[in-house]
Amino acid sequence: MDKVKTILLIEDCPGDVRLTREAFRGVEDVLRFHVAADGVEAVSFLRREGVHGYAPRPDLILLDLNLPRMDGRQVLSVIKQDDDLKTIPTVVLTTSEMEADIEAVYQLRANCYLTKPVEFDAFENLVRRTSIFWLTMARLPPQQRARC
Amino acid sequence: MNRIVLLVEDSPGDVRLTREAFRDADPQIDLRIAVDGVEAMAYLRQEGVHIDAPRPDFILLDLNLPKMDGREVLAHIKEDDDLKTIPTVILTTSDAEADIVTSYKLQANCYLSKPVQLEEFESLVKSINDFWLTRVKLPQQALSN
Repeated sequence: MDKVKTILLIEDCPGDVRLTREAFRGVEDVLRFHVAADGVEAVSFLRREGVHGYAPRPDLILLDLNLPRMDGRQVLSVIKQDDDLKTIPTVVLTTSEMEADIEAVYQLRANCYLTKPVEFDAFENLVRRTSIFWLTMARLPPQQRARC
Repeated sequence: MNRIVLLVEDSPGDVRLTREAFRDADPQIDLRIAVDGVEAMAYLRQEGVHIDAPRPDFILLDLNLPKMDGREVLAHIKEDDDLKTIPTVILTTSDAEADIVTSYKLQANCYLSKPVQLEEFESLVKSINDFWLTRVKLPQQALSN
């Protein structure tokens, strides 16, 4: 039996959070789905600081770029410069279509870049296809055993 | 826009299957082949006969290759300031956790296992086309070219 996968969604818009959660649950109903509403909370979760002392390591991270307190680009740099965290596939999902943003995000080693469509149906479709691809096609790095 | 895909694969059977599956999915895709790691790097660096090789939008890379291993090719791509933004997806028969971890450490954009069944292989190539070449925003061609 496959182990339960853990997703960390870093997103400040409640509507996008709800839609993304539903799309992922539609693909795999047994899923641990965590949400960080800003960049500072995301980094605390990943580093298991403060109230996140027992946070599980995510198998996949979905990251918005425009976030309160700490920008998504900064969060991405933290993840991809950390020897322990950098193997976690990090998918950027954002409203920006600017080439400079796309280039910069790949320079920061995002695993892939997706633009949020404005229309609700198109956004739902994109999230569904993203969840199917990463949960059922891609091989994700295994969870590391806790060191005692 | 025609996407240029570089497939780095030494098995002629897998090359043929991948080519046919891409053709079914989108005939516009311009699929280029490198049959070993040395040729892949020569293509990407536009060396020798590859002097006019266009920069690929996307790379599909096998791990077990003659002359230069796929892991080494991946390391070279991701250490090169010009090449590292090209999304590079591993497509291999290996299911070993060590290979998955090493590939993501070397900054592979994604790791895919080749299915043994023909139909599943075709369906995987269709998914790659549908997700990576259709939905994902890829970096634009380098302006320096």
